[in-house]
Amino acid sequence: MTTPTATAAPYTTIIGLEVHVQLQTRTKLFCGCSTRFGGPPNTQVCPTCLGLPGSLPVMNRHAFDLAVRAALALDCTIAPFTKWDRKNYFYPDLPKGYQISQYDLPFSSNGQLEVVDPKGAFARNVGIIRVHLEEDAGKSMHDEAAGTADTRIDLNRAGTPLCEIVTQPDLRSPQEARAWLNELKLLLVYLGVSDCNMQEGSLRVDANVNLHIPLAGEGGAEGRVAKTPIVEIKNMNSFRSVERALAYEAARQWEEWQATKAELGTTPKQTRGWDDPAGVTRAQRHKEESSDYRYFPDPDLVPVTVTAAEVAAARAAMGDPPTVLRKALEAKWKISAYDADVLVNQGRDLVAWFEELATLVGEGKVASNWMQQDVLRTLNERGGTIGEFPVTPAAVADIIGRVQKGDFDTSRGREIFAAVLASGRPVADVVAGMGIAAVSDDDLVALCRELLAANPKVVADVRGGKEQAAAGLIGQAKKKNPNVNPAKVRQICLDLIKGM
Amino acid sequence: MSLSRQDVAKVASLARLALSADDLDRMTGELQKIVGLVSQLAEVDTSSVAPLAHPLDAENVFRADEPQPSLTTAEALQSAPRHDGECFLVPAVLGESGAA
Repeated sequence: MTTPTATAAPYTTIIGLEVHVQLQTRTKLFCGCSTRFGGPPNTQVCPTCLGLPGSLPVMNRHAFDLAVRAALALDCTIAPFTKWDRKNYFYPDLPKGYQISQYDLPFSSNGQLEVVDPKGAFARNVGIIRVHLEEDAGKSMHDEAAGTADTRIDLNRAGTPLCEIVTQPDLRSPQEARAWLNELKLLLVYLGVSDCNMQEGSLRVDANVNLHIPLAGEGGAEGRVAKTPIVEIKNMNSFRSVERALAYEAARQWEEWQATKAELGTTPKQTRGWDDPAGVTRAQRHKEESSDYRYFPDPDLVPVTVTAAEVAAARAAMGDPPTVLRKALEAKWKISAYDADVLVNQGRDLVAWFEELATLVGEGKVASNWMQQDVLRTLNERGGTIGEFPVTPAAVADIIGRVQKGDFDTSRGREIFAAVLASGRPVADVVAGMGIAAVSDDDLVALCRELLAANPKVVADVRGGKEQAAAGLIGQAKKKNPNVNPAKVRQICLDLIKGM
Repeated sequence: MSLSRQDVAKVASLARLALSADDLDRMTGELQKIVGLVSQLAEVDTSSVAPLAHPLDAENVFRADEPQPSLTTAEALQSAPRHDGECFLVPAVLGESGAA
């Protein structure tokens, strides 16, 4: 199966996403059990999250506040009145036989989150239909290798607070979907709403996709647009999988359309699971109609009201989202949109590190270059977070200051940075230990005179207009004294020749 | 509003109830009577009545995000029909997760 390129494709791919994020609370949504990941099975359970008779749920204030923060960050309207409903279905990892969710009165709706490709390939404002707050189910484990006929159920996760975020079908390519998810994740991590760790299931994505195919009308005139049946894709466990699954599914629907001409509305909505190793989607059950879930208001929970003042306070306490921070860094430090994007995408702690460095250096551009070329590169190689990085902003500022003073050039500065990183010693010690001492201007001039006297051909070439001939002197100068600054040597030599 | 035998069969299947053909006939008749009884409520003019989300005159009941002791695993599993000391055991569930 071939995937037509975006420009050549005879159709438009229409994508909407449904994202579940686990909120960063200490306890579950309706009981005081811990939400910590990775505990031994069934050690974080109580009568409420086990759904035992007589237990009653009580809403976690912090979970609600985090959900409101997420919704505000997504530019949603917060409902003044909201309630919770029971979504009824039977599954062994759902002990009550219903999930407490929100049906007709979600706490927020009607938002947006824009994604802009820093290289300018696309800019897409994606509408948010709704954000609601619900509880997670437990975990089913089936070990076929063990040869048992049983499925094991761990309910530690049951009742963990989730925000469900549903977008409008506004995305137009798998690449856009992946970029948008990155932006969403960055936003939610910045605001402390969720750690968005996909390996631990803190962020899960389902995607709805179909194709709009323009049909040529009579005589080549504009015809109507055919829409293929919508497919929901599940089981994607990385953003890369989302991108691959959507690309596969668009190509699959195109082939199916050519074979069947089946259009939206002629078949029930289909769910397909992504098989990552095989790189294909496979048909799953036909999706239930929403009426099959027999939603009704949960009588165990009372409604929640939110005042305009509370919304304003939540907004004020939210902190700058990445979009605002990018613009702020660009303006404050005179760096490019691309540079601001790279820095902001590394998270709030790295931005703070950069700002400390830029403040010490007194200039954004050079600080940004060092961040990207030296600090970030090293950080990626070493792993770990910027908080664990062994070199301080002050040390890097010290190195940059010495380069700017002309003590040595940038490439020598890089070596010093690497040596500081490796040894953990102060910059001044490393500089002294490497035998680097600033060469005085008098010594430099004397050295250059010596070189010019020994290289009459270079002098003649430069006088003849070939300034680049001076480059030959730099290597000789470095041999005589490794501490000389090449740019300075070049300039002094040129000045001396002009004065001859 | 009339309830068909098919409607009852569908609701039974959603509720995981295995009804025999006789049960289905009887249930359809009985449920039809109940629906008819409740339908009388539709005759009341509610155009000026706000929808009621909850019968209690209360709202905004919250608790703090503070951990409370959980049960021990043994306590959690003690009433389960089958378990392996760590997990609840249920008949094999293969394929897709039921999580919504």
